Amino acid sequence: MPGRDCAISFRPWNRTQPCVVDASNGPQAIDWIVHAHTRTLYAFAFECIAARALVHWSPAVNRASICVPCRLAAIAAVVGCAGAAFAWTAGWLTPKRLDAPHIIDTFESNYGVHTGYRRNHAKGLCVEGWFESNGNGARVSRAAVFAPGRTPVIGRFAIPGSNPAAPDASTPVRSMALLFQLQDGEQWRTGMNSVPVFVVRTPEQFYSQLVASKPDPATGKPAAAKLDAFFQTNPETLPFRNWVKAHPPSSSFANTAFYSVNAFIATDAAGNQRAVRWQTVPETAYAPETPAQKADPNFLADDFAARFAAGSAASPAVSPLRWHLVLTVAAPGDPTNDATQQWPADREQIDAGTLVLQRAEPQGNGMCRDVNYDPTILPDGLKPSDDPLLAARSAAYAVSFNRRTREEAKLAQTHGDAQP
Amino acid sequence: MKQPSQHFSALQRLLHWSMAVLIVTMLFVGVGMVSTVSRLHDTLIALHRPLGIALLALVIVRIAARLKRGAPRLPADLPAWQRAGAHASHLALYALMIAMPLIGWSMLSAGGYPIVLYGGVHLPPIAPHDVTLYAWLRAAHTWLALALYATVLLHLGAALFHALIRRDGVLASMARGEARG
Repeated sequence: MPGRDCAISFRPWNRTQPCVVDASNGPQAIDWIVHAHTRTLYAFAFECIAARALVHWSPAVNRASICVPCRLAAIAAVVGCAGAAFAWTAGWLTPKRLDAPHIIDTFESNYGVHTGYRRNHAKGLCVEGWFESNGNGARVSRAAVFAPGRTPVIGRFAIPGSNPAAPDASTPVRSMALLFQLQDGEQWRTGMNSVPVFVVRTPEQFYSQLVASKPDPATGKPAAAKLDAFFQTNPETLPFRNWVKAHPPSSSFANTAFYSVNAFIATDAAGNQRAVRWQTVPETAYAPETPAQKADPNFLADDFAARFAAGSAASPAVSPLRWHLVLTVAAPGDPTNDATQQWPADREQIDAGTLVLQRAEPQGNGMCRDVNYDPTILPDGLKPSDDPLLAARSAAYAVSFNRRTREEAKLAQTHGDAQP
Repeated sequence: MKQPSQHFSALQRLLHWSMAVLIVTMLFVGVGMVSTVSRLHDTLIALHRPLGIALLALVIVRIAARLKRGAPRLPADLPAWQRAGAHASHLALYALMIAMPLIGWSMLSAGGYPIVLYGGVHLPPIAPHDVTLYAWLRAAHTWLALALYATVLLHLGAALFHALIRRDGVLASMARGEARG
């Protein structure tokens, strides 16, 4: 029946109003209309074509149609595609794509699963104290933490690696993580290293290095040839390696400076944005690790305990453990997306106040145990830069936190009765 | 409750279709952000929290609208098992729509995370900082998200089944309003 489709109007609120085109010569009329180049006739053509489509798909119209299995297949295809798109987004279809679980899996396959511990920087201790802001930081950031006054801090010192029993002398690097608990409920979390630059620039390089570092089962150490090959093909690692060579490891957490490594964007009260990095500069003078210390696998924690004990004995009100929080402000054009490069030494530095630590506790029962030091948790006035490592750190830390808290929950369930 | 008409009200349809877009977006944002290590991770996380709270607000309005207005009757000739499936899946959808944002919010609270909506705007915690609780809620958030997406796909398949196989006007009851004139 030529033209019968046009008996249904496109207007969905009235499906019975007939099209103006005469039913007896519908298709011919449409052909003619489409070539006629007049506005009214175009409207006819559109309405009739749309009406034809509506009839074709409308459930309410009884007409000979596509076979039922074909229609079922169409439904299956729509649902299947929606499911596949989800699976692809989740990474289930691309097992080789570098994602956050993949990075943590590689830590686990390299170094084993140490139940309940962070997958990296597993060995550490908790500290508590505060940050006494002098107000200078407000020049670049409107974050409440930089207004004059005191902000409580939950911190953690650690060494890199997945093994919570690794000897301290096994690495030249130390780390300091801080959580500033701002009065209004905001938080600033930062994870800092004792080396001002990072060894690699991208998450992909980080992953390649992790793969190249896989310990040889025979020696328990990375195959030197593989790691060397990685360094040769990734010259960005040179500044980090040179820095480590030129700076003997410190004898204590207390005399170590720690660096944010990544760049961040600070926004001041007027809305001006500047790239910044920060560091904590110890008041205690640097001293290198001694041969005697190398014999003590836990010399960093032992040293720390001794310093706290000595400090409390000398004057309970005065902590021996103090650092200045120093912001380094980038000049326009300084790269913010390359953690392997330091900014020139003459960049403006702002001493924003003093970090004072009052108490240390083992990480098993300290406040820091249940904190994920995700460096992208920032108060208003600070935000991540375009450094590609920051998002990857956030994603990977979350996987590590989720796994270890799940292990803790299982442990609590198993030993539920034994809990006090 | 008024006698249900053959079509959902304009408010119900607006809520349904806007939430459909937001919920599917939310599920893709969620599953993407826990996977990717690209800078998209930061953007997706920043989107996930305010979107979740917006959905919580919308589902409250939606449940109120549903209780007030009801739903059109299913076709009388619908087989009993399909009728039961329709009721069960809608109950599941409502339960998951209300549970997901609340679990997300309490999960972040239990993990000790600040619940940042935008800039300095954040919500108070609704659960104690307790990582055992966090672990349970975090796992529940994932599994219920997968269950929600599976139910959404089932819902989509069933809607198309009504439209293309049964041709019984069930999809039209949500797709458009009452015929006028």
